[in-house]
Amino acid sequence: MRQTNINTGDRIFKNTTMFFAFIVFGLVFLMAYEMIRGSELSLQKFGWNFLTGTVWDPVADVYGALPYIFGTLTSSFLAMLLALPLSIGIAIFLSELAPQWIERPVSFLVELLAAIPSIVYGLWGIFVLVPWLRISVEPLLSDNLSFLPFFRGSPYGFGMLAAGIILAIMILPIISSISRDVLRAIPNSQREAALALGATKWEATKIILADGKSGILGAALLGLGRAVGETMAVTMVIGNRPEISASLLDPGHSMASVIANEFAEATTDLYTSSLIEIALILFAVTIILNVIARLIVWSITKKFKTI
Amino acid sequence: MDFKKYNWRKIKSTTMTALSIMSVVIAVIPLFLIFFYTLAQGISSLNVDFFINMPKPVGETGGGMANALMGTAILIGLGCLFGLPISIFAGIYLAEYGNNPFGQIVRFFTDVLSGVPSIVIGVVAYILVVVPMKQYSALAGGVALGILMIPTATRTTEEMIKLVPQSYREAALAIGIPQWKATLRIILPTALKGIMTGVLLAIARAAGETAPLIFTALGNRFWSTDIFHPMASLTVFIYDYAKAPFEDWNRQAWGAAFVLIVLIFIVNITFRFVTRGRYGDHQN
Repeated sequence: MRQTNINTGDRIFKNTTMFFAFIVFGLVFLMAYEMIRGSELSLQKFGWNFLTGTVWDPVADVYGALPYIFGTLTSSFLAMLLALPLSIGIAIFLSELAPQWIERPVSFLVELLAAIPSIVYGLWGIFVLVPWLRISVEPLLSDNLSFLPFFRGSPYGFGMLAAGIILAIMILPIISSISRDVLRAIPNSQREAALALGATKWEATKIILADGKSGILGAALLGLGRAVGETMAVTMVIGNRPEISASLLDPGHSMASVIANEFAEATTDLYTSSLIEIALILFAVTIILNVIARLIVWSITKKFKTI
Repeated sequence: MDFKKYNWRKIKSTTMTALSIMSVVIAVIPLFLIFFYTLAQGISSLNVDFFINMPKPVGETGGGMANALMGTAILIGLGCLFGLPISIFAGIYLAEYGNNPFGQIVRFFTDVLSGVPSIVIGVVAYILVVVPMKQYSALAGGVALGILMIPTATRTTEEMIKLVPQSYREAALAIGIPQWKATLRIILPTALKGIMTGVLLAIARAAGETAPLIFTALGNRFWSTDIFHPMASLTVFIYDYAKAPFEDWNRQAWGAAFVLIVLIFIVNITFRFVTRGRYGDHQN
């Protein structure tokens, strides 16, 4: 008799917790569903042209997202270009070179960098980074490197370059800490084997890097996902002008920042719907990046755990 | 032996070590720059008035951010109300029963959810709450923050419960306590300190979010505790004041940023110490 009572309680409890676990899982689908429904108007009106249209004109009620997609891609890739080599350097330092008493505080500092809110990065960007770029860096670039199309134009400070730098600082912690975990998961026997054959520290590290290659790729994709969706800091320094320009010194715009700037002011249904469609694209891109990256990171850490 | 070649390899190795150390230095520079700028600019605008006064009308200097502080507190409270029950129960499920494909899937989706941009979550909260209520409201902001908290809170709850030694479970079951009671009365209290700090970490993250609030809770220049109406928050306060062309407002933005950053660092450092002190080296 008593036995069944105990089991009932257990079953109820287990099912309750399972229900909440299901909510977490269902939330992702709910979000996708709601955004697809919310962007129906613009999906029907513009179709695929939404992605290639360059005109964004709320007065004429015509919306094309290309300048924003371009801005998001450019700023994110610039950020990756700056952050990836640094992050790999940090990961190597933390997992291969540093003694524990240095490794712990440095890891912690890098993690603190991840804890600073985006808005504070933006504030710092407006009042410190942008003036510095405008006065010291950009004139130098446009004077000496103007044979490259990337560095033409007048130095505004606000623009792609500022956005790329801010993003690089922001995604550095995630790429370096995941890469560090991946490198750490590689069995010590690999290092020992290399060193025993007479390899120098760097040669041994190269072997470790080759082992961890796909894991670092996963970390990079996670960082890219973060950069693509980053909003406040980018909005505050990118200049918010929907133009496609080859020069990094020119102001641009991004998908996340157009939502942040215009969502509350969207006057027509089609306007709101177009902004929701941009959010949907962002959602899809970040989900895909995250799924691929997580699968890579999971499989690699699992692989090394079983060795 | 080819000493020339050996030397070359040595030099290369040393150079790469130096480059690696340099990248750490380069990465830590912005941290210090941001921290010291916020400190230097922020601390001068902090005084008692700043905490207890309301924003002054445009054009007048002075004023404070009392309504924004209150607003952030309420928004976080609402976020906890929505986010924490889901997170804690889901965390219990993952730790106690989650060793199956469904558990793996939930874990995977929690990770994926943590990668969804916060602005997108804001858009969803807008669709779910603002549209049906036809009104920007603190409630919508709370829903957005709640969703944002879920990944961190769920995964830390799971981790912390898993850290409770297996012998506790066995001891409880051995004296005839049903499993659910053992989980709620013995496992959960044992893990509580860790869960609380994990929750604090999620709260700290939510407190720093701006993007999901600008078109849900919107912002408010007046004192308001009505959750069905727009409400001010620290982060939106910083955003508005940073963009404003008034020097005094910019100064106040730094002040608010300083308050925010100090709160967040305290929580992060506490988390670090609590998890280390209690569970040794399990947590990285």
